[in-house]
Amino acid sequence: MTDPLLHVDGLTLGVSLGSSVRPILRDVSFQIMPGETYGLVGESGSGKSVTSLAVMGLVKRPLRISDGKILFKGQNLLALPKREMRRLRGNRIAMIFQEPMTALNPLSTVGRQIAEMFVLHQNKSWGEAEKLAVDALASVQVPNPGERARNYPHQMSGGLRQRVMIAMALACNPDLLIADEPTTALDVTVQAEVLRLIKELCAERGTAVLFISHDLGVIASVCQRVGVMYAGCLVEENETQALFRNPRHDYTKGLLGALPRLGSRSRHGRQRLVDIDSIIADRSTLTDTRFIAPRAADGGQP
Amino acid sequence: MRFGFNFMLGAFLTALVILAGILAPWLAPFHPVLDADLMNSELPPDATFWFGTDAQGRDVYTRILFGAQISLTVGIVSQVINSIIGITLGMTAGYWGGWWDDLVNGLTNVMLAIPSLIFALAVMAVLGPGLPSLLIALGLTNWSWTCRIARSSTLSLKSQGYVQAAQTLGYGDLRIMFTQILPNMMGPILVMATLGMGSAVLSEAALSFLGLGIQPPFPSWGSMLTDARQLIQLAPWVAIFPGLAIFLSVLGFNLLGDGLRDSLDPHMRTRNP
Amino acid sequence: MTAPLLQVDDLHVRFPISGSGMFGTGRRTLYAVNGISFDLVKGECLSIVGESGCGKSTTALAILGLQEPTDGAIRYHGQPFSGPGGPGRMERAKAVQMVFQDPYSSLNPRQSVRTSLAAPLRLHGITAASEIADRIEAMMTDVGLTPEQASRYPHEFSGGQRQRIGIARALILEPEIVVLDEPVSALDVSIRAQIINLLLDLQEKRGLSYLMISHDLSVVEHMSDRVLVMFRGQMVEEGGWRQIFETPVHPYTRRLIAAIPDPDIATKQTETLERFADMPMPGGRDFASDGSKAPDVFVAPSPSELVEIAPDHRVRLALA
Repeated sequence: MTDPLLHVDGLTLGVSLGSSVRPILRDVSFQIMPGETYGLVGESGSGKSVTSLAVMGLVKRPLRISDGKILFKGQNLLALPKREMRRLRGNRIAMIFQEPMTALNPLSTVGRQIAEMFVLHQNKSWGEAEKLAVDALASVQVPNPGERARNYPHQMSGGLRQRVMIAMALACNPDLLIADEPTTALDVTVQAEVLRLIKELCAERGTAVLFISHDLGVIASVCQRVGVMYAGCLVEENETQALFRNPRHDYTKGLLGALPRLGSRSRHGRQRLVDIDSIIADRSTLTDTRFIAPRAADGGQP
Repeated sequence: MRFGFNFMLGAFLTALVILAGILAPWLAPFHPVLDADLMNSELPPDATFWFGTDAQGRDVYTRILFGAQISLTVGIVSQVINSIIGITLGMTAGYWGGWWDDLVNGLTNVMLAIPSLIFALAVMAVLGPGLPSLLIALGLTNWSWTCRIARSSTLSLKSQGYVQAAQTLGYGDLRIMFTQILPNMMGPILVMATLGMGSAVLSEAALSFLGLGIQPPFPSWGSMLTDARQLIQLAPWVAIFPGLAIFLSVLGFNLLGDGLRDSLDPHMRTRNP
Repeated sequence: MTAPLLQVDDLHVRFPISGSGMFGTGRRTLYAVNGISFDLVKGECLSIVGESGCGKSTTALAILGLQEPTDGAIRYHGQPFSGPGGPGRMERAKAVQMVFQDPYSSLNPRQSVRTSLAAPLRLHGITAASEIADRIEAMMTDVGLTPEQASRYPHEFSGGQRQRIGIARALILEPEIVVLDEPVSALDVSIRAQIINLLLDLQEKRGLSYLMISHDLSVVEHMSDRVLVMFRGQMVEEGGWRQIFETPVHPYTRRLIAAIPDPDIATKQTETLERFADMPMPGGRDFASDGSKAPDVFVAPSPSELVEIAPDHRVRLALA
């Protein structure tokens, strides 16, 4: 059996407030196989974004990792020297963000910014790198890539900028792409196209994806497996279809019931949305139980 | 809200000036004008005359205490006038926009292009010397920064949901400006006014030094320096103590203003909710 | 049939954009809203959907009186509601109110909830302290808060609670029409459901008419009676919610519906999207949703007309 590409094992993280430590992540564990798309879903403050920062090695004070391991190809990222981690970042592990405007340098053309990835990580010459940048833009289906490469970020629409971010992230064929709410700021039709692009490109290149979103619909349309986070804990994990058809944790049930589903009014008439507080009497006990389904390859249902 | 050391020092110095001004009639051992005695002129500091005496034999300590009244009056009144002009122009310009905004902007730019002391000098030349014209002159000079801040705050506050909500609730323009916008921009305005008090005290000293401000024999720190010009070799204390008073009070206002800005800045506040 | 509460007839909003040249040369006109017409009936929820920049918010602002229409008429109970013959701010405030998208910026941070709710009452002539207190108490209870919470300040509330306060403020003057501007899109999923339920309860209890602005079609389907689809400043389709969601006709409407990420249709999504992807757009306007062909909103839209293809179901077709 193949080894996982990424194995987050018992990750525990807190924020220090003077002498006390408030927990942000509590014993979070999950695995991503090579080429697999794994989704982390949760509401604001659930800890899903902090998890991605931890994988990128970008946890800064006052946040502090107190326990756990992050194994990438068997290597513990938390024990890695800073220089090694920097070499990995952008090269083997890449990331795209929610707001591409803040992640792109406004003073440099997008072509040059993509080219920089090749220069930095693959020791290419600038001339060569700029040609590769145009190819990279073409691969994310940007029309007129040669011309667009000379554009500055502010000359592009949100959807195009997100494509540029994807081109940059995938420039060095990383093994893992972390996508943190990559389409939240986009219009629905643009979102659909960007999601399709991420899906297709990663499938083509065998890139694994850690996809973070608050939108259950987006997660469902992109991911093979999903972990549901609540209050810093991974409370449920399963294959996507199984999780949405048969949620087992009260919180997941509440979340799914709270979502207006397209077409359900046509079929069943207008039904009152589930008020999560009415099915969960005491939120503090939510994290006591966890439903982690073993993957199908490991041998059947529990 | 947490206050740093600078703020505390600023507050302390400012409080000192305010107390000196208010309590001057009780704290001062002599009368600032009438207790002139040529027999006692140019005495160095001693147990009776703590800061020494000037050319007319008046107690420098007494005159500095009463001078604080002048400085405070100038600082506060001129800043109140500045703020009223600046807020009124800036807020209406930002809120209404259009030709009024263009006009106010043009006026602000013109004011910023004229050195404020020159402008104050010109106003004083027209109005004649004396405290009231000094207050008017300084009140008319430094409103341009307040105006700019008021305008830009209004522009950003105008797009806030609660201002739009007030419009849909039927509020009039003036009511929106005074109940919704003004309270939310008082922080930066207060900081500007505090910093402005320091520069007003300096301007008053400069104008009095040039003979355009407070007229002798009434004590102002600036006019005391004028009198001390000829004596600086013979009796340095006549110049040192008013100079020190100006320095410490301006320092106090500036530190207070900086400290206020830091503590009113939401970014500084996030760490201690 | 009930007489419409609000009638919008051929509404146009155009913005002059000052040119970069000297003496205003190169001045252009932005065609933000072009010929929107609809009726809002008492007690129904009409949603305007479309993507950012399609003119849906400008339409709402025109109805709220915050944006003067360039052309066209808005009538309330048959009386003019815009332009010179229109009502003043005070009368308008009693007719139409608004719930804002962002519960964080829509409340004045320096006013307690009670002050925020009492001020409009006083402004509109309700001055007796006991009546103000009674109405605030009732209002707080209606939106699912406790009367005691009225003395708190906005920062003491969670996002969902703030949106409840925003709703309370909109309803305190008892308007007939409430404009909902993306009322739940800034909220977490579980809070979203609570606010949607609250809005539907209040609508039924008070017979309110909602005009909802949204890009979230799942919420729109759940809440609306009628739906109006806007695209680049024009309405492209209008109909009952069943017509729009079950038998959409205009390619843009179909594309919009196909693009919704929904757990149930996730697997079918790609095919649906591909099926509609190559369809030509109406009115001769070329369209690529990645923005590679920037929308030319500076040109007056080419001639097209709304055709009634079924009762109450209208679609825009290009004039050949």
